[in-house]
Amino acid sequence: MDGAQLLQQIINGLTLGSLYALIAIGYTMVYGILRLINFAHGDVLMVGCYLAWFGAVQFGLPWWAALMGSMALTALLGVLIDQGAYRPLRSAPRISALITAIGVSFFLENLGLVVFGGRPKAFERPEIFNQLYQIGDLRVLSHSVWVPIITALVLAGLLWMIYRTRLGMAMRALSRDLVTVQLMGIDTNRVVAVTFALGSALAAAGGIFWAMKYPQINPLMGVLPGLKAFVAAVLGGIGNVVGAVLGGLMLGFGEIMLVALWPELAGYRDALAFVLLIGFLLFRPSGILGQELPS
Amino acid sequence: MSLRGIFSPGPLPPAHLTRRRDFWLSIMGIMLLAGVLMGVERLAGGYWVHMTCLAAIYLVLAASYNLVNGVTGQFSLAPNAFVACGAYVTSLLTLTPAEKALSFILEPLVWPLSVIHLPLGLALIIAGLVTAVMAFGMGFTVFRVRGDYLAIVTLGLGEVIRVVANNAQSVTNGPLGLKGITYLTHNLWWTWGLAVAALFVLTRLAKSSYGLALKAIREDEGAAESMGINVFWHKMLAFTTDAFLEGMAGGLLAHLITTISPSLFTFFLTFNLLIIIVVGGLGSMTGAACAALLITFGGEWLRVVEEPMNILGLSIPGIPGMRMVIFSLLLMACMLFMRRGLMGKSEFSWRWLLACLSRRRGRP
Repeated sequence: MDGAQLLQQIINGLTLGSLYALIAIGYTMVYGILRLINFAHGDVLMVGCYLAWFGAVQFGLPWWAALMGSMALTALLGVLIDQGAYRPLRSAPRISALITAIGVSFFLENLGLVVFGGRPKAFERPEIFNQLYQIGDLRVLSHSVWVPIITALVLAGLLWMIYRTRLGMAMRALSRDLVTVQLMGIDTNRVVAVTFALGSALAAAGGIFWAMKYPQINPLMGVLPGLKAFVAAVLGGIGNVVGAVLGGLMLGFGEIMLVALWPELAGYRDALAFVLLIGFLLFRPSGILGQELPS
Repeated sequence: MSLRGIFSPGPLPPAHLTRRRDFWLSIMGIMLLAGVLMGVERLAGGYWVHMTCLAAIYLVLAASYNLVNGVTGQFSLAPNAFVACGAYVTSLLTLTPAEKALSFILEPLVWPLSVIHLPLGLALIIAGLVTAVMAFGMGFTVFRVRGDYLAIVTLGLGEVIRVVANNAQSVTNGPLGLKGITYLTHNLWWTWGLAVAALFVLTRLAKSSYGLALKAIREDEGAAESMGINVFWHKMLAFTTDAFLEGMAGGLLAHLITTISPSLFTFFLTFNLLIIIVVGGLGSMTGAACAALLITFGGEWLRVVEEPMNILGLSIPGIPGMRMVIFSLLLMACMLFMRRGLMGKSEFSWRWLLACLSRRRGRP
């Protein structure tokens, strides 16, 4: 592989990794606070994509308005899911909430199939993300440049919120001990709702940029990115936002490099995430940045 | 609220006095089942035979899945991997060499498998053993973690098996799958035979000292360990027993639907089994069995909602896919409002049934 090709693959890995990172942030925030794997995260992403598609195609909105509208509505969906399905089970065994999450996930998928139909829909790439830059042998789509930048901005914003605002302080406290924080007079349900809203909005954004990359959407599109993003969150150290981004980048680079270096293994690409997950859980269960959790 | 709450039977007679009676009642129950099956085979059409077979397979799958998830309390999401393994191994062993040569057009089948041709019974047992060995290997990684991490790891392993089935073309024929698997003439007896045997083994196991140890692990792992229970090997026991039975059931499933491909064994299959054991009550074998029948036949009945309807002159177009929406809602509703399911953690017993009946008749 020559230099240009290597650089090309690095850029591909960076784009894919940033997409995983955007989705993984939502997972890691919810898990950090509630210790709940929000199985429906990937399907919330799918709903976000369809909302943006409706906004752009049916209502003719410009892409940024469709993105913003979709993020707002998806945030609302996230809060509704939390209030309807997870909140009644806060004090139940954790497995009950997990089973409910699987139920929500399947509900969204099948409702998507009923409402939107199983046929994939074409997702237009807006002009700004569709420029092709050519430098020597290197061909870069402007989408690949923008996605890492947006992920970096989102990460910076989140870090500021988590470490510099009162809401972020409440979130950090909640992730340590939910009951005590409640006793201190903090409205935990509001904080959890905000977390779900933020995570879901980011999932919608991640999903929409994902849909721009492979320009089509279908009701089951969220399953695999969702699962892989969760793996990314575990790799980085679950509950840690920077870790989620690192894990996402690691997984993105890993997948791209696997296919680039051993093209005959391309079919096994989807298994890589889980092999990495098992390896990490065996040798470093707390992930790259995670601290040892008291069991 | 469980069934027990509705049909509260009052005080039960002591168990040791009724063992002989229970034995004969069970024999009679099995004979009654055999009579019903004979009736289905003689009188009902192919469709009902097919559904009854499917119900038995789901019964085996759900009851053995329940051993890990309900009795041992380890939230595994891997049954689709076990079913896939069992289905592939059985089909590869029972297909004739000529049929295999016809199917494997892209890459030929590897040597020993390409010439082997075994009878179904032997193939099923080998499939069960291979699946159990696979589960044994998986167990070493799976049981290093607990709780929801265990769920994700098993889910990942299920996905890995599917990816392997898609890519290892010289063994599995890749996405094309295997075709021309024989449809058994006496499918009802194979499937229900396995169902009765599996239910017998599983209920006995759950009642034995091993079963008590498994339940202790479910209730409190640390306490169980400090009482001297070897937690890891007991979990392994549950996991491999589950895999053995699910592998055999997978083999029968392959012979029921006659064509298998990797897309058949997705998380979707696991989800169906999860609904069954949640509705039946996590931890109850007989609950899982009842729910398996209920969901399989209820699912067929629910096809009504996918067909065009005409209610009081108001015509409603059929909505394909609506059944799965209803099933997902059912799972959520079960978790939110009826977390004990049909049977909770208790099992069906003859003395409970008899006590119920006698109370109905007004006898003491």
